[in-house]
Amino acid sequence: MTVTLFIPCFVDLCYPQVGVSMVRILEKLGHKVVCPDEPACCGQPAFNTGYWDESRAVAEKVLDQLKDAEVVAIASGSCGAMMKVFYPELFAGSKHEAAAKALAPKCYEFSDFLVSKLGVTDLGARFPHKVTFHDGCHGLRELHIKDAPRRLMAQVRDLELVEMKETVCCGFGGTFSAKFPAISTAMGDVKISLAEETHAEYIVSNDSSCLMHIQGLLDRQRKPIKTIHLAEILVQS
Amino acid sequence: MVEATEMKAANHDTNSPAGEQRASERANILARVREALSVAAPADHGEAAAASSIPAVLPAVGATFEDHVALFQKNAVELRAEFKVVNDASDLVAELKRLAAEAGWRQVATHRGELTDAVCPALGLPTVTAKSGADKRELERCDAGITECDALVAQTGSVVVTSRSAGGRALSVLPPHHVVLARREALVAGLPDAFALLRVRYAANYPSMISFITGPSRTGDIERILVLGAHGPKRLTVLLLATPP
Amino acid sequence: MSAPAVQFHHDADRLATDLRHRELVHTALSKYEVKRDEMKARFQDWQGARALAAATKRKAISQLDRHLEQLARGLEARGTKVHWASNGRQACAIIVGIIKARNARLVVKSKAMTAEEIHLNEALEHAGFEVVETDLGEFIVQLRGEAPYHIVFPAMHLVRGEIRDTFATKLHDAPSDNPEELTMVARRVLRQKYVEADVGITGANFAVAETGMVSVTENEGNARLTAALPKTMITLLGIEKIVPRLEDLALFLPMLATVGAGQLISGYNTMYGGPRQPGEADGPEEFHVVLLDNNRTALLADAEQREALHCIRCGACLNVCPIFRNVGGHTYGTTYPGPIGGVITPHLRGLQDWKHLSYASSLCGACTEACPVKIDLHHHLLQNRRNSAAAKPSWWQKTAFKFFVPVANRRGLWKLVTRGGRLGQRLHPLIKGSRLDPAYCWTKTRELPPVAKQTFKEWWRQRK
Repeated sequence: MTVTLFIPCFVDLCYPQVGVSMVRILEKLGHKVVCPDEPACCGQPAFNTGYWDESRAVAEKVLDQLKDAEVVAIASGSCGAMMKVFYPELFAGSKHEAAAKALAPKCYEFSDFLVSKLGVTDLGARFPHKVTFHDGCHGLRELHIKDAPRRLMAQVRDLELVEMKETVCCGFGGTFSAKFPAISTAMGDVKISLAEETHAEYIVSNDSSCLMHIQGLLDRQRKPIKTIHLAEILVQS
Repeated sequence: MVEATEMKAANHDTNSPAGEQRASERANILARVREALSVAAPADHGEAAAASSIPAVLPAVGATFEDHVALFQKNAVELRAEFKVVNDASDLVAELKRLAAEAGWRQVATHRGELTDAVCPALGLPTVTAKSGADKRELERCDAGITECDALVAQTGSVVVTSRSAGGRALSVLPPHHVVLARREALVAGLPDAFALLRVRYAANYPSMISFITGPSRTGDIERILVLGAHGPKRLTVLLLATPP
Repeated sequence: MSAPAVQFHHDADRLATDLRHRELVHTALSKYEVKRDEMKARFQDWQGARALAAATKRKAISQLDRHLEQLARGLEARGTKVHWASNGRQACAIIVGIIKARNARLVVKSKAMTAEEIHLNEALEHAGFEVVETDLGEFIVQLRGEAPYHIVFPAMHLVRGEIRDTFATKLHDAPSDNPEELTMVARRVLRQKYVEADVGITGANFAVAETGMVSVTENEGNARLTAALPKTMITLLGIEKIVPRLEDLALFLPMLATVGAGQLISGYNTMYGGPRQPGEADGPEEFHVVLLDNNRTALLADAEQREALHCIRCGACLNVCPIFRNVGGHTYGTTYPGPIGGVITPHLRGLQDWKHLSYASSLCGACTEACPVKIDLHHHLLQNRRNSAAAKPSWWQKTAFKFFVPVANRRGLWKLVTRGGRLGQRLHPLIKGSRLDPAYCWTKTRELPPVAKQTFKEWWRQRK
């Protein structure tokens, strides 16, 4: 299968290792990986702030980049939700409506892609650490992905998963984190407390945007717990 | 903008007689509703297609009378209500006398009814009968209110009373102890059965009040800590008569 | 920023860092969560119940005109006077008029968010009547001169010591800070009020079109007493409270209690269809029902968000909302806080003044998942954002997003951003976390992620 990667702007800039891990995993599984050369933002910041015209202007480019893709694997549940759930709404009634509707079913968040589309759970990875998992809200509630990352982690040798007591937002929320920094920070602190209660070494997620927020707080508070994207674990042996 | 509309409406009110205003506001509201509804809402989230029936989604209730007694009992314990099945009218009197002695009732309140008439006089206590013109202060001073009911709901442990079947509105809520006398056939499985029963009994002319009472009066308004008897009865006793009187 | 937005930001900043408040809310709600989940599990099919409830409310609202007429006819047939109020002022005027005509002085009132919405207590006090809230939580916040903190748990923000102090100051009766003893103080005080009151006012949770009844849910028995003892009873309700059939309550009553308070069903669920009827022992001589619009028809006219009128005011969305849990109920400055408040307040009180509530969400969707009538709450917040930006765009945000388009779309410009980011990162420590920092809103509490030495796309091109 030819898999088109969608590497969101912030992953490209700050978390290239997530994309690299995805490429390595997919190639190891014998798939052909392609990725548009051009940069790409899904348009979610403008969309979530209410500026849909501006969002469409960015998103049109994505539609164009991915129009010939067979399937699209996405490095973030949040961008995945944008493309799969919100593009059809964003482009409803526009000349791109058909393209948006055609793209949506081809889009998969990466862990969901491995489990649901490829039927793979064991990648032969080993990660000898105690971890906890953070469900990014968009992946969890827009894309309904809960089991896929856990099934993948269950097959990782020597990985111990300890769940947090509550499933709660990390407080990032895109522009929300800048518009309401105090609330966003409080939510992040709650999240970190829940993670600390598990005594995990790592907070794992399938969404780099949540991890950016959590890691930003951890760094400032000089806390030892670390964040890591699921793809980076699955590539280790 | 909202303010301005309100101002205009308020000015309009003072210039028109109350009746006219009522009629015109009714027409205004209904006109706005119709205007709004002229645009159809977007499709639902698939729930109309998915929807089953109310009994199929509510908690399970069991099939037999014994199942329903057991379920009502379980709910009553959880709600801190008291529930007892008694065999016949004389057992019912004995149970009431036991309650009266134990709690030291000096005066009780009740209403005219087949069951209440059959057992309350045997208590031998001063009795206030809820009827038109009865003094609410007198009722307030009673130690217990003894009423009949329309239904007991096993599913939720609820007692269904109405202003017609249970001596009006205050009797079942003003005295500190509410004692409910129920016939065997009053015990129904679930809430839908209770509403169906009410429909059969009253559809031609519903009483002015129908109340589903579930457990004694309660509050959790202080630190979410359960306290019984916030305003209404601190105790609720349900006595189910297994055979007709 | 609008005045309500300034107040929201101010209070949110304060409460979000108040660890005592956070703990208080957490403790109160964690007890509720356990019971809520236990009760949900008792349903044979909770998701089926949600679907059925949503479909029923959709039917109720899609024929609201017919249902309202049917409701009024049924009520009037039993001698109830039905009043129609387009806004809060009219509703207050109607209620004041009824009380004045009876030469009444003392009014007992059971909990009604609709009354909070129209500031009924102020109107009644202004007209010279004594108004006593009888729900314990409402009674406590009334004594303190506060608004309810939560639509179901009005005094959730207070601990027993604070309530004891309030009783000591206002009632001169506070034997201890034991919740039971404090509750009994309120019971004693309020019992006298019920007996003396001339008028009782209640809200309503549902109105049954078919049989012409209002349905009142409570746990304490205070609404029962309010509806039983005074000679005149008045019920104020929003026009959206409609359910089509009496049997629909068999579904809604347990659902409301389950997600609202973690109970399978509330202590008292009472349907009122009229004043005392011939042959009934007691009850009010007069029953007035006031149907309130107050911009509900404006929300109805927004077909996209019409389903927000399905809300049964259970508070489930507040309880799961991480924003509500961190800023508390008063911060919103609205009658209806939390996610549902963020959706409907812009419709009820003006989009531009209240749009900040629609932005004050991480869009996590916990509210939508919790809603028993399946209102798509977090997506409606997005729609409010879209509508407010379309009606009145902020120039700087529009510019920022306009600038972002070519940057995100062109390799050359993106490269510049990458390089700029790497350079900026080296200089950033000089101003980081200070007011000069352009990223201050982030860096005040958080570190920025470093820009990678090699971006993914750089790696990808090199590899090819």
